[in-house]
Amino acid sequence: MALAQPKITATEERLSALRLPESGVWLARARGAAQDRVRTMGLPAARDEYWKFTPPGTLVQPEAPQAAVFRHDEAPVFDGIERLKIVFVDGVFDAAASDPLEGEGLQIERLADVAAQDIHWARDLYGVLETRGQTPVDRPLAALNTAYASDGILIRVTGHVSKPVSLIYHHESTSSDAILHHVMKVEEGASLTLLENGPAAARFNKVMEVDVADSAAFHHVRAQGRDHERRAATHIFARLGRESTFKSFTLTVNGKMTRNECVIELTGDDAVAHVAGAALGDGDFHGDDTVFVTHDAVNCESRQVFKKVLRNGATGVFQGKILVKPGAQQTDGYQISQSLLLDGDSQFLAKPELEIYADDVACSHGSTSGAIDEDALFYLRARGIPGNVATDLLTLAFLAQAVDEIEDETLRTEMAARLEGWLSRRSG
Amino acid sequence: MLEIKGLNVKLEEEDKQILKGVDLSVEAGTVHAIMGPNGSGKSTLSYVLSGRDGYVVTEGSATLEGHDLLDLEPEERAAIGLFLAFQYPVEIPGVGNMTFLRTAVNAQRKARGLEEMNATEFLKLIRQKAKELQIDADMLKRPVNVGFSGGEKKRNEILQMAMLEPKMCILDETDSGLDVDAMKLVADGVNALRGAGRGFLVITHYQRLLNHIQPDVVHIMSDGRIVKSGGPELALEVEENGYGDILSEVA
Repeated sequence: MALAQPKITATEERLSALRLPESGVWLARARGAAQDRVRTMGLPAARDEYWKFTPPGTLVQPEAPQAAVFRHDEAPVFDGIERLKIVFVDGVFDAAASDPLEGEGLQIERLADVAAQDIHWARDLYGVLETRGQTPVDRPLAALNTAYASDGILIRVTGHVSKPVSLIYHHESTSSDAILHHVMKVEEGASLTLLENGPAAARFNKVMEVDVADSAAFHHVRAQGRDHERRAATHIFARLGRESTFKSFTLTVNGKMTRNECVIELTGDDAVAHVAGAALGDGDFHGDDTVFVTHDAVNCESRQVFKKVLRNGATGVFQGKILVKPGAQQTDGYQISQSLLLDGDSQFLAKPELEIYADDVACSHGSTSGAIDEDALFYLRARGIPGNVATDLLTLAFLAQAVDEIEDETLRTEMAARLEGWLSRRSG
Repeated sequence: MLEIKGLNVKLEEEDKQILKGVDLSVEAGTVHAIMGPNGSGKSTLSYVLSGRDGYVVTEGSATLEGHDLLDLEPEERAAIGLFLAFQYPVEIPGVGNMTFLRTAVNAQRKARGLEEMNATEFLKLIRQKAKELQIDADMLKRPVNVGFSGGEKKRNEILQMAMLEPKMCILDETDSGLDVDAMKLVADGVNALRGAGRGFLVITHYQRLLNHIQPDVVHIMSDGRIVKSGGPELALEVEENGYGDILSEVA
């Protein structure tokens, strides 16, 4: 179908503000193909079905909207955790602030460093998983990322890894427009824990492609932090092999516009994919979790658990789909999205979907939206707990079900503590 | 200690008068029981005193040691020493029983200008109190009242009472849903807290709880008023003859 003229114009305006980075043969080819995909799809527009709840304007416009740099003096997330640090400032790799890109069982490289090489393992993944994720729903901002990403990190996990890899983002410029593309390849039987935190730029477009081979495991915990004026569109494209595990958790607080898409394809039998998120939005907040899980193998399990607490006019969005392909028997699919609305000004928009083409499956989904439980609130207050503290306790309890999806206890405690800190700063 | 004078209460949502001039005075160190048929306003009285939303006081007053209760938030009423043991303790998924109790104890201490209790002290105290009520470690770890049996919920109420050491305790139908053994356990818990200048208001439909918690004064409530007061023998009269005789006698 031909694109409407306004969409073509908007897409070309955006592309003309960008330049394709210098690349060697394989990467140049991937970038060129991605650029073609963007032009074929056109960038998201307000009336697109997939963007019905989230206005894409500021994510698409040629220049990044200004975003103030948020300064605070508290300890950074994951501070106490032994990890391999990789730092990006406004989307630019910061070698001085990063640890050496090496570790037991790991091969770590910068995208910018290997771009000129003729042969690289990332060739089989870069833009490849993204392309697979374009069917049946278009994700043009991800294709844009593949074409124009200025940098990113490529990690290949071959054996035992002694500590998590931590991607740390810093935001220093009020007008930075960062595009990063990471590729993770977890080889058979290997496992990796990846952490991400920090405000990345005034506007951030990030894609992460994750290939989890047979019997491999990938754990991901991400904290989208305190930058109030954040605008971010992120995509995870994951492909899971036989008996593999993929678990991703995202904490989202503040941010004017955050759209996190997670596209998971279960291609090997007996694989497990869990994706979860806890979000706190106050005031000028728009947080969108869009998840698409495709079951294309036998006896796989998938779980989506998303919780949002919204107040003072904040908006939360959840679009979640489970697609069970023909032959994907014994699928166990679960999806829950819930919001706690702390006042009448906030809203939660949800679109849960199931599409099933196999007959021996168990899939369930649920979505709820509600206010704080007045009976519980009174009970706590009747025991002497002040109203604001009681509300915080109930809010944390509501979010705990998402946080509990994190397997590692230290990381789980860390995320819970962050939520508690956020709440206590706001309950005067 | 607790002084209620001419208390008139109606529902917020509809124009329905529930309490029609309740007068009651509970002296320090005494146990008062309120009995009455269903719908007489017993539970409403407990909710109004503890500050639940949904009720409007149209007339009258209620004070605890001179503090105007009706002017205070629920947590402030708790902090000056009022405690309501709920008829239906609320289940709160995601909030650990221990966290809840520690937050409550320390919130009250803070409101009274006392130092917060540290984790070690608290743990020691709660273990001791829990043991007396046969509450095991697992119940302390679980979310508040979630998956608790009826008896466990009521024991948990008494545990909270023991930890918070209130001056004035209101027990709302604490015997409902309890078998004899559980009732005995709960009553023992309450009796252990008697004395020390503490006042009790035991609301109950049946006399049987009063066999275990001996009241000093028994009041009969009907249609939003206290219609008769007397000694423990009044409860026995209800047990033998039902409310009918007493109500027709005062009518």
